[in-house]
Amino acid sequence: MTPLAHYLIFSGILFSIGLAGVIIRKNIIVVFMCLEMMLSAANISLVAFSRAQGVNGIPVYDAQVLALFIVAIAAAEVAIGLALIVAMFRARKSVESSSLNTLKD
Amino acid sequence: MIQNLPWLFLLLPLVVAAIDWLCFSKCPRTAAGLSTLSAIATFALCVAYLNGWQTGTPDIYTWLPTATEGMTSLSMGLVTDALAMRMMLVVTGIGALVHIFSLGYMKGDSSNLSRYFAGLSIFMFSMSTIVLADNLAMTFIGWEMVGFSSYLLIGHWFHKDSAADAAKKAFITNRVGDFGFLIGILLTLAVFGTITFAEMGGKAAGIAPALLTATVICLFCGAVGKSAQFPLHVWLPDAMEGPTPVSALIHAATMVAAGVYMLVRLQVSMGTEAFTETACITIASVGAITAVLAALMAMQQDDIKRVLAYSTLSQLGYMVMAVGLLAGEAAMFHLYTHAWFKALLFLGAGAIIVCCHHEQDIWKMGGLAKRMPLTVLCFLMGTFALIAIPGFSGFFSKEAILHAALETSPVFFWIGAGVAALTTFYMTRLCLVAFCGQARDHGAAEAKEAGPTMLLPLLALGVMAIISGYGFIADFLVPYAGFEAHGFELGLPFYVSMGSLALGIIAALLVYGCGKRTTDPLAGNCLSTALRKRLYIDTIYDKGLIGGIQEYGAQIIEFADAALIRGVIVQGFAWLTAKFGMLLSWIQNGSLRGYALVAGIGIVIFVFILAFTIPTL
Repeated sequence: MTPLAHYLIFSGILFSIGLAGVIIRKNIIVVFMCLEMMLSAANISLVAFSRAQGVNGIPVYDAQVLALFIVAIAAAEVAIGLALIVAMFRARKSVESSSLNTLKD
Repeated sequence: MIQNLPWLFLLLPLVVAAIDWLCFSKCPRTAAGLSTLSAIATFALCVAYLNGWQTGTPDIYTWLPTATEGMTSLSMGLVTDALAMRMMLVVTGIGALVHIFSLGYMKGDSSNLSRYFAGLSIFMFSMSTIVLADNLAMTFIGWEMVGFSSYLLIGHWFHKDSAADAAKKAFITNRVGDFGFLIGILLTLAVFGTITFAEMGGKAAGIAPALLTATVICLFCGAVGKSAQFPLHVWLPDAMEGPTPVSALIHAATMVAAGVYMLVRLQVSMGTEAFTETACITIASVGAITAVLAALMAMQQDDIKRVLAYSTLSQLGYMVMAVGLLAGEAAMFHLYTHAWFKALLFLGAGAIIVCCHHEQDIWKMGGLAKRMPLTVLCFLMGTFALIAIPGFSGFFSKEAILHAALETSPVFFWIGAGVAALTTFYMTRLCLVAFCGQARDHGAAEAKEAGPTMLLPLLALGVMAIISGYGFIADFLVPYAGFEAHGFELGLPFYVSMGSLALGIIAALLVYGCGKRTTDPLAGNCLSTALRKRLYIDTIYDKGLIGGIQEYGAQIIEFADAALIRGVIVQGFAWLTAKFGMLLSWIQNGSLRGYALVAGIGIVIFVFILAFTIPTL
């Protein structure tokens, strides 16, 4: 059986990559994908906890239910987010995050 | 009830002034009559008191009571002792004569006569307040009130710029002295514990001399302002812009003598031991300097009233010098005689000015002795008294001062003798130029004798100018125990004053002849120009003091305004806010990734705190 720490380290690496992507990348679609990656990292750690807390080979399903919720919310978020990105592209002919600075100028 | 009759001295003129101004401002004849009547009434009352009429001590009204024990409460009371009543005789007597003279002098004047007579009545009220006050606070009130009425009357013809300026100058210069006086009153309260004259006696003994000196010199500041002593003498010559009767009453006989009266009153009530040596030397020196400088300046004045104004300054210097030499009785004696003959000289000058169609330059007069003999005769009586010809009142009082000076300090004696010579010179010059020879201008050529309302006061004053120095009047007038008018005493003072008299007359005769000259032979050189320009003292004040204060004051205010208020407070805060805003706006840089970075770091810190620092629940 793989120890819990391995899952958590993997989850942390995945989350960090996602966060770095959000911060570094300019293309909003990539940023969006990185956000999804961070959500997945959270899901992985939840499922890992669920298994680690289990008794007699039966996991604690609470955490897995929570993971399902997150997947559902992420799906809804994708729907809204992609719609926003399409709207933004129509307005600005660009999907670069650096072009979203109208208020500053 | 009857014991409060002396309050009439104050209230009668005050009420009359109010009625004049409020009810009769449109009918000047009634106003003039009322004022004159009130002056005559107070004069009569004063004569009654002097002749032994007793009404008891007037009530004292507490004005500002104090709640705590041991504090001085301010009260309003009257002193009706000999000194005060004799001074009142001068004030009301000359006041009444000046009122009568004004009836003639102001006839045909287009200005508002009700205002003029209301001003005179206000002055009578304020001057009586000074004379009769029983404490320094009340004196101070009168002090300010005479300043105010003098301001009103100097500026009576306020449509003339020179009169308005002179009124302002007189008032402001007096304020300088009054400030010192106020400090002096507070010092007196602190040092003596009282400002009531009657309670000051005998307290000076236990007080440090330095404190006494400071107190006396501060009080003396008030006299320097009001009696126009050097260096605050500049307002008096300019005050001649007012109507001539006003000059006679206020700026020659009474108000300017108030400083001397106040000093003598202090000397009597504090005791001479309160006047320390330093204070005495200061007072006497200021008096002597004023006497000399004013006499010098009078030698080169052409305006008849200015000559008299400088002569007044010089005589006031004499009196102040006598006070400084602890010869208060001599000072008061000279004050009495001077009041009569100087009022006479001014009223005489007023009559001459009116009769010469308001010509004041003596070089445009001439030959007046033939045209208005009675007026000129009266004027000459005054002159003889002023230059101290034996037998006239001024001689006796001047002798008294010279005697006192010789006994105390010979330096001041010789200064006094020198000033007497100068006085003789400039008065002889005035008389020779204005009265002898031929008329030099049509105004003088058409001069006629003055009317009866003007002549009557002149004659009355002329009589007083002669007799007020003799023992039977003087002993009665000067309320010092043991005072005796000096008769014809042979001795050093007599010879010296005769010498200076002869010197002055001979010098003036040599220089000005018998009125044949049409210009001043002494004019033109730098010394006479300096004297004509009042030794540049006024110029120095104008340029150096007032100009400097205004210039530097403006710079300081400019600095405070521009640098402190505009620069630091207004613009400084604006700058600070703007810079702070710029700093914060750098955070709001509009870069989505920047926000994400900050949010990410924030979350990391938040999680770190939650996970590692807060103890596990």
